[in-house]
Amino acid sequence: MARVVVDVMLKPEILDPQGRAVRGALGRLGLDGVTDVRQGKQFVIDLDAELTDEAVALLHEIAGTLLSNPVIEDYVLHTNPAESPT
Amino acid sequence: MTARIGVVTFPGTLDDRDAARAVRLGGAEPVALWHGDHDLRSVDAVILPGGFSYGDYLRCGAISRFAPVMTEVIDAARGGMPVLGICNGFQILCESHLLPGALTRNSSLHFVCRDQVLRIENSATAWTNAFAPGQEILVPLKNGEGRYEADQSTLDMLEGEGRVVFRYVGGNPNGSRRDIAGVCNERGNVVGLMPHPEHSVEPLTGPSLDGLGVIASVLAALTGTAPVGVGKVTA
Repeated sequence: MARVVVDVMLKPEILDPQGRAVRGALGRLGLDGVTDVRQGKQFVIDLDAELTDEAVALLHEIAGTLLSNPVIEDYVLHTNPAESPT
Repeated sequence: MTARIGVVTFPGTLDDRDAARAVRLGGAEPVALWHGDHDLRSVDAVILPGGFSYGDYLRCGAISRFAPVMTEVIDAARGGMPVLGICNGFQILCESHLLPGALTRNSSLHFVCRDQVLRIENSATAWTNAFAPGQEILVPLKNGEGRYEADQSTLDMLEGEGRVVFRYVGGNPNGSRRDIAGVCNERGNVVGLMPHPEHSVEPLTGPSLDGLGVIASVLAALTGTAPVGVGKVTA
């Protein structure tokens, strides 16, 4: 049993109109000081297996082929999500 | 012999009937293809129509890329079969890496629906050879994620090789890089565009009949009366 987390973000050079809209909303709320917002996706994946090297390789394939499009997005695979800052 | 042009239906496809009707009005035989079948039913060309396949969950076209029929479509496209992706079909071709780049959220964040002027930048592909170089056509456009994105070197390559096939004229509706509305692969047999030529085939439902030129083009390509290639790169 294992849980991993994959974060997918648009590459920095790709325009993110959703994040821009969120930033605009913050300004209208009077919440100042935010210079930029980028919006992404998070996938929480439960495996019926231990996190072997093979399993990690499979997860990278999943993240790089289906969960993200390498033309416009980068992904980060967290194999110890409990240790990640919240 | 009448050319057989397949039109793929995925769950969530909307414009398969319109594409089939355009094929019929253009003088070819439409053949319904099903996303779940590993079978192209001996068609001569394939159209991936518009819509929201698989709900467009994850990313537009990302799940459709792995549909069973796409195995055959990708193989046939690499073998030279004419393949046209319209709107969601363009997104699927990009996700399948048959075409470079990707389609992203419109810069305005609005779904845009309007009649759009396009300039034919390459009239040598399998799907545009019936048009004159530089000809302007009027077809409907309707999308929320139609902003064409690719890195600078890819854009420069596409421009240099004449692989920008359609370009927006009279205003860029979605923030696409370099006003790009459609591109093709190296051989010119695979073409994708966001606007909808299949809706411009009858006076009742479209702003022009310009879309018929797309069907006329593929018929000419299939019968060998028009050379297929990327015209501007011929040495």
